[in-house]
Amino acid sequence: MSAGPVLILGARSDIGMAIARAYAAEGHAIQLAARNADTLEPERNDIALRHGTDVTLHELDALDYDSHEAFLDTLPDLPDTVVCAVGYMGEQPENEADMHAARLVMRSNFEGPANLLALLANRFESRGSGTLIGISSVAGDRGRATNYVYGSAKAGFTAFLSGLRNRLAKRGVHVMTVKPGFVATKMTEGMDLPEKLTADPDKLARAVLRAAKMRRNIIYVKPVWWLVMLIIRNIPEAIFKKLSI
Amino acid sequence: MKLSGWGRYPVADCMVTAPRTPEALAGARGNGPLIARGNGRAYGDSAMNEDNTVSMRHFNRLIAFDHTTGQLTAEAGVLLGDVIDAFLPHGWFPAVTPGTKFVTLGGMAAADVHGKNHHVDGGFGNYVDWLDILGPDGTVTRCSREENAELFDWTIGGMGLTGVILRMAIRLRRVETGWILQHAQPAPNLCAAMEAFEAAQDAPYSVAWIDCLSTGANLGRSIVMLGEHAPLGRLPNRFRQVPFGPPPGRTRSVPFNLPGFALNRWTVGAFNAAYYRAGLRNAGTSYVPWDTYFYPLDGILGWNRIYGRRGFLQFQCVLPDDTARAGLEALLTATAEAHQGSFLAVLKKMGPEGGRFSFPMPGYTLALDFPVSDKVLELMEQLDRITLDHGGRFYLAKDARLTAHMLHATDPRAGAFAAMRRETGADTGFASMQSERLGL
Repeated sequence: MSAGPVLILGARSDIGMAIARAYAAEGHAIQLAARNADTLEPERNDIALRHGTDVTLHELDALDYDSHEAFLDTLPDLPDTVVCAVGYMGEQPENEADMHAARLVMRSNFEGPANLLALLANRFESRGSGTLIGISSVAGDRGRATNYVYGSAKAGFTAFLSGLRNRLAKRGVHVMTVKPGFVATKMTEGMDLPEKLTADPDKLARAVLRAAKMRRNIIYVKPVWWLVMLIIRNIPEAIFKKLSI
Repeated sequence: MKLSGWGRYPVADCMVTAPRTPEALAGARGNGPLIARGNGRAYGDSAMNEDNTVSMRHFNRLIAFDHTTGQLTAEAGVLLGDVIDAFLPHGWFPAVTPGTKFVTLGGMAAADVHGKNHHVDGGFGNYVDWLDILGPDGTVTRCSREENAELFDWTIGGMGLTGVILRMAIRLRRVETGWILQHAQPAPNLCAAMEAFEAAQDAPYSVAWIDCLSTGANLGRSIVMLGEHAPLGRLPNRFRQVPFGPPPGRTRSVPFNLPGFALNRWTVGAFNAAYYRAGLRNAGTSYVPWDTYFYPLDGILGWNRIYGRRGFLQFQCVLPDDTARAGLEALLTATAEAHQGSFLAVLKKMGPEGGRFSFPMPGYTLALDFPVSDKVLELMEQLDRITLDHGGRFYLAKDARLTAHMLHATDPRAGAFAAMRRETGADTGFASMQSERLGL
């Protein structure tokens, strides 16, 4: 198996970092991209010490779209695999009241990630190889009152990944959509999550690597989520609109 | 959340936070005295505080490694198993390891854990070069044998009650391979087992599994296991392909609590007898991978659940050399008479003392575990008294039920430790359910 470089977009997220560690454990060079990248030095150092791989830090503002080409040009190598873990949930009540807040959520979960992956997809397409992994969300499977701003942005991202996959399937480029359910991370800290439905980032990372090797298309990290979302998607709208779930 | 130690007894509803920065950790003092919690491998309530338990899981980064001296600098929440994964392939192994690799470095220092090499190398504290400790005033102090030596000495074995260990430097040991050359010899009774330990003073590793249900002439029959790191030159050819051992085998896990009746005097008795017979058959010399030799139980995730819903208790004491024989006989007789045998009875000779409040002292240590029941709690009180009568003391990392009176009667250092806490103000910043129970 080749151990080509892996680029993590949104490396400060617990999910991105866990996936970076899992790839490093398999001998891949790691490129960590985030805002204030230099503050990730302790993580960079830790991964390099543990796994003896090259780990580099790269400044990235996912919302500064015009900077993305230049960002890709600064990478030491065009990566073999890209994991996009950029995302921001915000607070639903705030997203309802304040359009600035809502727009930030929409841009962080859809426009920014889509812009980055679009540019990478073009480069991968001309090379004829590569894997793009997008961390989307089950929240994008159906809009619900409790988090539809975040959910709609994730829905957009899921559709974008689906389209990319369709476009690139014949070009040697694989696109995988990851829909984690609840994951115990910074984003969900303090929430009361049901234990059976909650994954920890390291388990999620292992599942992502396994699925990427098998070139799976869409994964729900905990299989039970597939069933949960199947049910949620199929509740008739007339009933669904009256529910609070 | 519901929290317990590895023994799953006691269980308490604890307020748990998991700060990500030293500043946030310092802020946690605002909620009253706290206790730091590593990976929850202490058996009882050492790392539990109902109002303020602070998980160290986010302080899990390696900071530096010196390939010439073997000095590793790391945050306190790093797991020992991760250290082995990172550095054994380069020929380095922990200088001291307890019986599980799922412990944090901070927890190892706080309990001053010992391993099978205690009789020659002493405890983990001997291989700690320095510690960074968050004190009761929220400032971080670096301490070592030279600098702030008092704080250092009290912290090694201080059960997290002097402050929160944030970072530390430890020394690893050079090894040529990850294989252990093991020599197993059966000992038909306690006397023979102790003679085997005395004859094996120079063996780098020694430990005995002891059948705690045999009585009479068989009292204390054991399988004494000696070991040393196999040098590359002596490794059989078929193992030289994998000098640092095969990758750890597939782990199994115990998915649910076994019903209480699964362990009874007959099943445990049969297990012990079968284990001894297997030891007789397999006596002799063999090459064993490090994982199997040091961490036989780590292969069964959640093995603590075999003791059922009520959990289990571990009894571990150390008895000084001159009373060890009589004391061990009394402890084993009481255990066998109560028909409360355990699977994991371990006997081991110990070397010199470590930190000012560390458990080990020269003599013999015996560890037994029992499923929790009223009868067992009674038996353990009896074992406490036998330990007291023979000048022994107890291992706090295993304890879940000792009384303050018994601790202070067996260990005059406990009073000095508590006084130190009052003088330094550590008692206002740090407390566990155990420290409250034991009047520390």
